[in-house]
Amino acid sequence: MSSPLLSVEDLEKHYPITEGLLSRQTGSVRAVDGISFEVRRGETVGIVGESGCGKSTAVRSLLRLEEPTAGTVRFEGEELGSLDGAALDRFRRRATMVFQDPSSSFDPRMSVGESVAEPLRIHGLSDRAVRRGIVGDLLDRVGLARDDAARYPHEFSGGQKQRIAIARALAVNPDLVVADEPVSALDVSVQAEILALLESLQEEFGLSFLLISHDLGVVRQICDRVLVMYVGEIVERGPTEQLFQRPLHPYTEALLESIPRPDPDRTTDSAPLSGTVPDPANPPSGCRFHPRCPKIIQPDTIELPPAEWRSIVDLRLRLRGDPIDLRGMVGRHEQTSVDAEPLAPEVVGSAVRAEFDLPARLADRPAERALTEAIELLSEGHIEAATERLEETFASICERRTPVSPESGRGAACFLSPDAEGG
Amino acid sequence: MGVDPLLRVENLVTAFETDTGRIRAVDGVSFEIEPGETVCLVGESGSGKTVTSESITRLIATPPGEITAGTIWFDGRELTELAEAELRALRGDRIAHVFQNPQETLNPVYPVGRQIAETLRIHDSGGSRPINDQVIDLLDRVGIPEPTDRVDDYPHQLSGGMKQRVVIAMALAGQPDLLIADEPTTALDVTIQAQILRLLEELQEELGMAILFVTHDLGVVAEIADRVIVLYAGKVMERAAVHELFEKPAHPYTRALLACLPGRGGETAPIGGEIPPPADPPEGCRFHPRCPHAIGACRDGDQPPLGDVESGGTDHRASCVFYQSGYETDRLETPMGERTEPTGPEGER
Repeated sequence: MSSPLLSVEDLEKHYPITEGLLSRQTGSVRAVDGISFEVRRGETVGIVGESGCGKSTAVRSLLRLEEPTAGTVRFEGEELGSLDGAALDRFRRRATMVFQDPSSSFDPRMSVGESVAEPLRIHGLSDRAVRRGIVGDLLDRVGLARDDAARYPHEFSGGQKQRIAIARALAVNPDLVVADEPVSALDVSVQAEILALLESLQEEFGLSFLLISHDLGVVRQICDRVLVMYVGEIVERGPTEQLFQRPLHPYTEALLESIPRPDPDRTTDSAPLSGTVPDPANPPSGCRFHPRCPKIIQPDTIELPPAEWRSIVDLRLRLRGDPIDLRGMVGRHEQTSVDAEPLAPEVVGSAVRAEFDLPARLADRPAERALTEAIELLSEGHIEAATERLEETFASICERRTPVSPESGRGAACFLSPDAEGG
Repeated sequence: MGVDPLLRVENLVTAFETDTGRIRAVDGVSFEIEPGETVCLVGESGSGKTVTSESITRLIATPPGEITAGTIWFDGRELTELAEAELRALRGDRIAHVFQNPQETLNPVYPVGRQIAETLRIHDSGGSRPINDQVIDLLDRVGIPEPTDRVDDYPHQLSGGMKQRVVIAMALAGQPDLLIADEPTTALDVTIQAQILRLLEELQEELGMAILFVTHDLGVVAEIADRVIVLYAGKVMERAAVHELFEKPAHPYTRALLACLPGRGGETAPIGGEIPPPADPPEGCRFHPRCPHAIGACRDGDQPPLGDVESGGTDHRASCVFYQSGYETDRLETPMGERTEPTGPEGER
C-alpha cells in the first residue's frame, strides 16, 4: 500500500485553565487527547461525534490553524511540525477547507470571482486573465455560470454559496479538502446536491476528503471510513458500512440508535442514551463513556439483572456529582416528615430505592449487603464513606482501566470489543 | 370525528412587507388538530412552517407581518379576531410555545426555578400548594435530576438539553391544551434529541395535550407525528396520517424530499432547482418548476386543491393535478432516477 496522504499520530490539543492574577494554570481542557489516523489518496474519511467531542479542534490543529499541544502530523510523509513559513504555505495550498456557514465565509464587498480567485492571488498567481479563466472554469465545474463571477454573495442562496466556497477551496488544486459540517446549514434537498457535487469532484480530481459531521446520515452517504470521537478520543473506527451495520462500541451503537429514521413503524425498545457529554476538563476515569454506557460491565463478584445494575451505576454517579439532597429525595418518595434528625435508615433506604427503581431487596447477596451498608452510612450523613462502600463492591473494569483500540483498520476502545486491551 | 377539533386553521394567509415586495409566506394553509394528537408541519426553509405556527397566537412581528386572510378557531374562539390582551392570556396558558433555542427563552440573569415560578404565578394554575413545590414537581416531571438543587441554577449552569427541559417545564406550567414546538430539538445533539422526543411523548400521554410540531426533519416526523402536513413555498402539498405519508407518499414534492434523505443506504436523488422566490412565486403548482412530472395543467392558475389520494374517505390528500378527477396517477410512477426534462402539455385532457 502506498504511503498515506495525511497521517496523524497521537495528536493532542489541550487548553490551559488558568486562575487568579498570575494566571496560574490549574488544569487543562483536553479537547483532543491523543488521536491517530490516516487519510489515503482519493479517500473520504469522516469524523463523527456529539458537540464537544473535539472533532473540530482536531482538524483545526492538524491544519495548524491552531498549534497542537503534542503529536505528529505528516503530509505525504513530511512532518508538518518542522515546516517553516514557506513550506507551511505550500502545505496550505494542498490542504484546503470548507466551512459550515457559507454566508459568513465570504466578504460581502468582494464579487464572487474575486473571492474564488483570492487564494490564487495569495499563492502568487499574478496574471489577471489567467485567474479569470480559472475562476470561470471552477464556477462551471461546481454547477454555476461563468458569468456569476461578477455577482455578489448576497445574490446567491445558501446552497449556491456553498458551491462557491467549494470552488474557492478547489482554486489552488488541493489534494485534501477538509470540510467541517459542509451541509448542516442547508436544507435536505440542497444537502443532497452538495454531497453529490463533492462525490463527483472527488472522482474527477482524485481528491481526499476529511469530513466532520454530527449528521450520521451524511457520513454514511459519502465516507469510505469513519472515526467516532468521544471526549477527545477516537472510540471506534472502521469502514463505513461495517461500522453502521455492526457497531462495536456502545457509544457508536447509541449514536446510531438515536438517529431519527423516516420510518414510523420502527420501534425502539432501548431507552435513549442518558446524560450528556462530560466536561473535557475533567473527563471520567477509565473509559470516558462509562457513566452513560448502557453496557457498562459488572464486576465478576456480583450478578444483577441489567436494570438493577444500571440503577446501581446511576446511584453511584449521583453520589459522585453534586452533594446529594437526601431530604429532598425522602420528601418526594415518602409520606413521613423529613425533619427527623437523623433520618431513619429505613426511610432513606426506601426513598433511595424508589428514586433509582431498585427493589426492596436485591437478590444478589453481596450486592444487597453493600447497598444496605451504604444506605446506613448515608442516613448517618457519611456520604463519602457510602460512596466508597459502593465502589468496593460495584467498581467496574470500565472505570478502573482505560480500553485501548487499534490505531488503524477496524476496532473499538471497549472491553466488550474482541480486540481491545486494557491500558 | 364529528366534534369540533381543538384547533382549526382555515385558509390562513400571512403576508410580510419586504424590500422586494409583499411576500405571502403562508398562502392559504388549512389544517386542524384534535385534542391529544401530534401534528407535524414539515418543510424546508421558506415553506412557511414557522410563520404558520407563529400566526396561531400572533407571535409574528406586526409590521412587517400581518394575517391578511383566514380564520383560526381554537376551542370555539376565533383567534384572529381576539384583542392582543386576550391573546396574551391564551399564550402560555392554553397554548404554549417551545422554540428551537432555549437560550432565547430563558432569562440569563434569573435562576431557572424563579422563571418557572413566575410563569406559574401568571397562570395561577397550581391551586393552594406552595409555589416552590410546584416548581420542583415540574422540574421532576421533565426529567431533571435532583430538582431541589437545580431550582437555584442559572441557565448557563445547565447543558443545552437540560435548558430545553426547563423551557418545556415552563410551557407545562399553564397546563396547555396545545403545545406548539418549533424545531425544539434541532439545536441539540442526536442523543439529546432522542431524550427530548421521548420526554414529549411521555408528557403527552400523561397530560393529554395536543402538540403542533414544526420540523424540517422527516426522521423526527416519523418518530413523533400522528398526522403530517407537508408545506412548500407557503402552500400545503400533502396531508396524511404518518404511516400513509411514509408508505405511500403521494405528492411529487414529498417523494422527492424522501428520496434526498442521506444515509438510508441507497442512492439519493437531489431535487434540482431552487425554492421559488417568495416575492414572485410561480403560477399553478408552486412545485412545478422542479417537478419531473409537471404537465401544462400544472403551470397555470392556482395551486391545485387537495385531492383524495385514495377513494374511501381517508385523510390522505395531495395538492397535485394528478389527484384531481380525470387524471391518472400512474404517470407519477416513473422512477425519479430515469426522468427526463418535464414533458410538454401532451397527455392532458
